[in-house]
Amino acid sequence: MLRRDWRAGELNVLALALVIAISGMTTVGFFADRVEMALSRESNQLLGADLLVISSHPVPEQYAHEAARLGLSVSTVTKFPSMISSGEDNLLAEIKAVTEGYPLRGRVDLAGKPSQAHELQSETQALSRIPQPGTIWVDEKLLTRLDLKPGDQVDVGAMQLTVTELIMREPDHSVGFINMGPRVMINAIDLPETGLIQQGSRISYNLMIAGDVNQVQQFRDWAEPQLSKAERIEGIRDARPEIRAALERAEKFLSLAALASVVLAAAAIALAVRRFTQRHLDGCAVMRSLGASQQQLFYLYLYYFIALGLIASCTGCLIGFASQEILAHWLTGLVETALPWPSWLPAIQGMLVGLVLLLGFALPPILNLRSVPALRVLRRDIGLSNAHSLTGYLLGLTALSLLFIWKAEDLKLGLYIVAGFISAIAIFGCLGWLLIKGLAGLRHQAGGAWRYGLASIHRRAVSSVLQAVSLGLGLMALLVLTLIQDDLIEDWHASLPPDAPNHFLVNIQSDQLDALEEFFQQHAMEQPPLFPMVRGRLIKINGKPVSAEDYADDPHAARHIRREFNLSWADQLALDNQVVQGNWWDERTTESVISFEKGIAKTLGLKLGDELTYDIGGSHFSAKISNLREVNWDNFRVNFFVVAPPGLLENYPVSYITSFYVPPSGSAMIHALVREFPNILVVDVAVVINQVQQMIQQVSRAIEFVFLFTLLAGFAVLYAAIAATQDERIHEAAIFRALGAKREQLSRAWAAEFAILGGLSGLFAAAGASVLGYVIGHHVLHLDYTFNAWIWLIGFVAGMIGVLVAGLLGTRSALSTPPLLTLRKIG
Amino acid sequence: MLDNLVKQPMLWTSALTKQVNTGDKQLTILQHIDLQVNAGEAVAIIGASGSGKSTLLGLLAGLDLPTSGKVHLDNIDIFTLDEDSRAALRGKVLGFVFQSFQLLPALTALENVMLPLELTAVSNAEATACRLLDRVGLAMRLHHYPKQLSGGEQQRVAIARAFATNPKLLLADEPTGNLDSATGVQIIELMFELNREHGTTLVLVTHDEALSQRCSRQIRLADGKLVQ
Ligand SMILES: Nc1ncnc2c1ncn2[C@@H]1O[C@H](COP(=O)(O)OP(=O)(O)O)[C@@H](O)[C@H]1O
Ligand SMILES: [Mg+2]
Repeated sequence: MLRRDWRAGELNVLALALVIAISGMTTVGFFADRVEMALSRESNQLLGADLLVISSHPVPEQYAHEAARLGLSVSTVTKFPSMISSGEDNLLAEIKAVTEGYPLRGRVDLAGKPSQAHELQSETQALSRIPQPGTIWVDEKLLTRLDLKPGDQVDVGAMQLTVTELIMREPDHSVGFINMGPRVMINAIDLPETGLIQQGSRISYNLMIAGDVNQVQQFRDWAEPQLSKAERIEGIRDARPEIRAALERAEKFLSLAALASVVLAAAAIALAVRRFTQRHLDGCAVMRSLGASQQQLFYLYLYYFIALGLIASCTGCLIGFASQEILAHWLTGLVETALPWPSWLPAIQGMLVGLVLLLGFALPPILNLRSVPALRVLRRDIGLSNAHSLTGYLLGLTALSLLFIWKAEDLKLGLYIVAGFISAIAIFGCLGWLLIKGLAGLRHQAGGAWRYGLASIHRRAVSSVLQAVSLGLGLMALLVLTLIQDDLIEDWHASLPPDAPNHFLVNIQSDQLDALEEFFQQHAMEQPPLFPMVRGRLIKINGKPVSAEDYADDPHAARHIRREFNLSWADQLALDNQVVQGNWWDERTTESVISFEKGIAKTLGLKLGDELTYDIGGSHFSAKISNLREVNWDNFRVNFFVVAPPGLLENYPVSYITSFYVPPSGSAMIHALVREFPNILVVDVAVVINQVQQMIQQVSRAIEFVFLFTLLAGFAVLYAAIAATQDERIHEAAIFRALGAKREQLSRAWAAEFAILGGLSGLFAAAGASVLGYVIGHHVLHLDYTFNAWIWLIGFVAGMIGVLVAGLLGTRSALSTPPLLTLRKIG
Repeated sequence: MLDNLVKQPMLWTSALTKQVNTGDKQLTILQHIDLQVNAGEAVAIIGASGSGKSTLLGLLAGLDLPTSGKVHLDNIDIFTLDEDSRAALRGKVLGFVFQSFQLLPALTALENVMLPLELTAVSNAEATACRLLDRVGLAMRLHHYPKQLSGGEQQRVAIARAFATNPKLLLADEPTGNLDSATGVQIIELMFELNREHGTTLVLVTHDEALSQRCSRQIRLADGKLVQ
């Protein structure tokens, strides 16, 4: 039967809608997947690896074994501070001993050598990029301070090494605040001979791990429970909250786009299935009257749809895969990252969505088809009861909702969208029904073409509402993406403008404040805001002593207990902070209170009203949590986990911290600053910022591409909507023409109908997009959502013109079929 | 005989032939049809099912294109016209009654009757349509949709629609084919009455010998050929 229908052209619409919908969806899915992986990998360059196992003693063998077993690349890095001497001069430097393979991600740039071209940046190439045994690579600080030149000898512990290269940039340079001093790199083979590895030395042993995302995750899952107190695991997201925030938003947006394409696919399939079942009513009636049992009919159609679903989904997935590959090639021409190979998940999801949607929307009507009265052979207008199609759509919707929540990989996002779309369907449906009924009253006033357009819409009220709702949903999904995309990109650019702070000054003493102000004046720079900072260890919660052991099952939390907190004070809430629970203080606040960052409060299991006690340089400070704050971490401004009101912390040992922008040409000023204030630590995060900015640029572009592709899925909906009424139109055209209508008269009547339908869907879409865009922007992506009035005009015009053009194109063939052919077929 | 009085040929065909490709071989549905219908005549085309009656009627109206041959309608060679001009000619000259009514489901009875009038931009379309529906006995059903009408009522609407533009020629293709015999008789009566009132030329396709006898002349079709 499948083949028979195919030959008869019966299947075209349904199959095409399925194929377009699924290929649109998988294209977006595949592509989003690749972009996501590329982003993670890109950001991992800042770590030099995908994952680090950091330990204060040599990393136990088992970790490297397990990594090797999982097929991951490994490399070790041993870091410690030590004196480096050259003749009379010596200097404390950070020594990094590396093994072959370092760095697993990113690259080391050396002076006088062009940075390794990307094509060469394969894993094997990286092997040769570490110092030879007996040599040392140094950075500019060390080179200038010790007045060295390549070929000179320096003493590192008991060993003499030859300076061979000047390091311009290391991938894992700016992670964390530890690496401030001059840095050098040696080959790990030389380590024993230096004699610097001794009991009690402050050494950080790092095992670098990189490889396939899933394997890395598997490794992490395996390793985390094994970690001893002295060991921890860090990925880029643990190391840099800014990057974590940027990545998470990008990922959410990409999955949003993928979800939008699912909505579009669903709408297209729902429409196409409806047309299909209507067309098959006749065949069913005949088969019933010829004695086919209900069960026979049911299985006939069940197998039919499963076969159709499989074939169409496979085709769709293949097309989706091919087109995302083209897209990826096109995109890599524009950005620098080579996109990694996508996972198979989008294909599996594509297949499932295709099958689930097809069966979800088609099964209930099939259940109906079998109970088609055989009487339909005699009277064609005996159709399906609408109650049955309603169950059909409900089942389809339920299937869709479940798929959605799964695909969203984020319960909150999934639920928001499902709730949004379901209420949109309900509201659009009711409004559409009322509007269509209302408009029908107008048709006696309307003349000519409008009268026939209105009459058609009214007569097909159920179909028309369905079309308006489907088109409206499709357009709404596109408009939401447009809105969010703009806001997201704008927000990123706003939070990381070209002059975002890229240097931090840490450890500024109270008595240096005046001198520092003067320094900034001398260098014609604005004095950046200074933040007071007190360092303390959390020792008691509600009077009960705490230790890292209490958080044995959460290494992240345990680390916070072991480390010192930075406490600050302020009378005003910082710009990009937001109190989410409790109240910020005012002048009348006299108790000892603090404000806690929401995320870390959750990690440590703290809530409003808990009393915390800190050990600050031997004396104790206690305060109650009076509010929880949400902090925007992706903008590199100075922010604190713990803030107190003024007057509580001033008597403890205070230092200050600040951040400001230094243009690339400003290195002289930084050198001067280091010379004048030797105790102040200068942390240069320019590299990280550049990296993040570059990442944002790429994501923005990728997002635009993904968006263009969701448009494709939108066309599937349009096509299915137009095709859904094709049969009726061909018949209508034949009668009109037999009665002497010119083609133009007929197309004007249709144009009126399409314009009304399109305008209606456009308005629905605009209304829905405004609400859903706000909800998602505000609650899921945490954007400053800007209401966009244009969306109404865009929705209305896009809906009207889109449906009009597609409708007229789609009905062209209906106009040119000889009327006799149609009248005979129907008669 | 009355027939020999000077009458304009309303419609004539010459060597009208229709062939269709059905997959592997060519099928000849109509072969060299030459016929003439004069103004005021009522002609029945009779023949078994599948003999090509509907195809012939469709060609007479220019609803399809012949493989070869000509149709002159109201002194116009209709296949020299383009499709839109043919449609305009139909709107002006022809009325149709089909076996399966062919009403537009989206429109009420009144709107269905008004449709041909509005297409030719007649001014008092609504009044004319109301009058005709009254004439066919449906004054109370003006605002009902085809779905709400019985078969006989739908065919009455179709007849009202056919006469709405006051056509010179009425083409009817088995107008009682989908109706029970009692209703069929009523419909035929109505059609002949209106035909007389409007002085319309009638071409009636039927396979019912008795019915064909009510027409002034019979044209017999068998296997796509005229039989004398
Ligand atoms: N487009 C077509 N393709 C194939 N066969 C056709 C087509 N149109 C008509 N026929 C065939 O031509 C014959 C005459 O059809 P028709 O004119 O409808 O006969 P009638 O109206 O006398 O019953 C039938 O056998 C029909 O199947
Ligand atoms: Mg026939």
